[in-house]
Amino acid sequence: MRILEGQSVTKFFGGLAAVSNVDFHIDQGEIVGLIGPNGAGKTTLFNLVSTAFPVSSGEIRFKGQKLNGLKPHRVCKIGIGRTFQETKIFGNMPVIQNVLVGAFFGTPTRVSGAGAAREASQALEFVGLSAMAGDSIQDLTLVNQKRVEVARALATGPELLLLDELMAGLNPAEVSEAMELVTKIRDKGITIFMVEHVMKAIMGICERIMVLHHGEKIAEGTPQEITANKEVIEIYLGEETHAGS
Amino acid sequence: MDITRLFTTHRKLLVVGFVLFILIFLATFPLYGNAYYIRLLTTILMYTVLAVSWAMFSGTTGYMSLATAAFFGVGVMAMAFLQKTLPFPVVIVIGGLLSSALAFLIGLVTLRLRGIYFAIFTFGFVMFIGQTAYYIDSHILGNVWGHQIILMDPGMLHYMMLGLAVVTLLTIYFIRRSRYGLALLSIGGNEEAAEHMGINTTMTKVILFTISSFFMGAAGALMAPAIVYVESRIAFNVFNSFMPILMAIFGGMGQFYGPVIGAAVFGYLDRTLRVELSEYFMLVFGIILVMVILFLPNGITGLIQSLQNTRPIAKLLHRGKEEQHANT
Repeated sequence: MRILEGQSVTKFFGGLAAVSNVDFHIDQGEIVGLIGPNGAGKTTLFNLVSTAFPVSSGEIRFKGQKLNGLKPHRVCKIGIGRTFQETKIFGNMPVIQNVLVGAFFGTPTRVSGAGAAREASQALEFVGLSAMAGDSIQDLTLVNQKRVEVARALATGPELLLLDELMAGLNPAEVSEAMELVTKIRDKGITIFMVEHVMKAIMGICERIMVLHHGEKIAEGTPQEITANKEVIEIYLGEETHAGS
Repeated sequence: MDITRLFTTHRKLLVVGFVLFILIFLATFPLYGNAYYIRLLTTILMYTVLAVSWAMFSGTTGYMSLATAAFFGVGVMAMAFLQKTLPFPVVIVIGGLLSSALAFLIGLVTLRLRGIYFAIFTFGFVMFIGQTAYYIDSHILGNVWGHQIILMDPGMLHYMMLGLAVVTLLTIYFIRRSRYGLALLSIGGNEEAAEHMGINTTMTKVILFTISSFFMGAAGALMAPAIVYVESRIAFNVFNSFMPILMAIFGGMGQFYGPVIGAAVFGYLDRTLRVELSEYFMLVFGIILVMVILFLPNGITGLIQSLQNTRPIAKLLHRGKEEQHANT
């Protein structure tokens, strides 16, 4: 079943097409990767799905429901959770309260205080940070702040989770842990759409990969197909010749 | 372990006892205090209402509102115009409701402005409404000499202000502890993330801005009899926008009681320095504010908390907790 579907999605910033005529879909239970060089429009596409920006044209549907015109807080409530490329934590709260915000406000129905607290501590435990629940979030390392963001998004009870460069800035051991975490989330039944630059991670856990370049989708397929795709290789490896010519 | 338990229960009792003591003191003071000090306490209570309401919205979200004087002034003018036609308590509620209605409209239009733009807009709004009220009052309605407010017994006024302060503090205490308090705090932490976590940030901001301005308007209406002679330029004095901010910063906005401490200290200084230094009292305020920002960025409550953490009893408490952890 298609959980997310985009038809000729286009976004202009002034005269620049950041995302141009992109068709895509994500099936329930998949882990789909989104790659592309810097400035390809990956984060913009995420921002369109979470309706941080309105689309210029085209439409995006989540479980058949049109997202055009919805506010981000509605999109969260209907089941799309997200993290951010540059962590956007609530620096004025302890760790557990960051997660509690997601548990309180992100669910489609109103939850009780006790219910939200339970949900929040479960989400924190899931990402392995229970021991730091009471700490100030600003004292955490980047890796752990990113984990808190994941927990916060999970606490909203998403069916689809958008992970924006979860692994950027992590060392190899941390990347492996993060990959494990992503797989664990999928095993809970949550569909994952992730932007990533760390190829090891993308190739290791994604079932399908989409490649964006200059806002256009230039390739799509299994990791094997993508690594064999000439156009993709050219973009990733041929940039130097472009720069030279 | 027993010591720590004793200490925590003890502490709650201490706080409750202290609050009760203050309340009893405030409630009985008009029976034996002289008129000057009764007025001083009334003023402090008024500033408490303003500072706590301001801190509830602006302190937590980071949206610096300078519109306090506008809401306060609306309350004052409501009393000036309605005092002869409606009972006093009704006018207080009307003053609050008018301020709320105004705040709702301003909020809808301006709460999407971030940072300094919101502050400047609200400041401009005070100027605008003050001038407009002056023009309408003196040029159109012909009240060139302003309005005389019916005098009120200072004791009675004090009790009503005490009532308003208690209602304000209770309401805001519960808001801070509620889901709306958490929503406000997360907007202050990162508004974009808050919106993506399911919070309707625009509505949350507008509603809580509206609630906070109700208390400001009610305080204005109640304070009108103490001002005695009301004129729009007095009612919309921009000083009333800055005082609550000064108090909240001085007291510290991290804790609920911070602005209350600030209001008590600056309310006292306001009255006494005005009398003793008249011309220079703003200068003294300025110096105190600079000192606080430089040396006590988290205000008095921040200082209290850091002292608590270094005190032996805090160490004892901490050790007790560690032991508990080790035992489990």
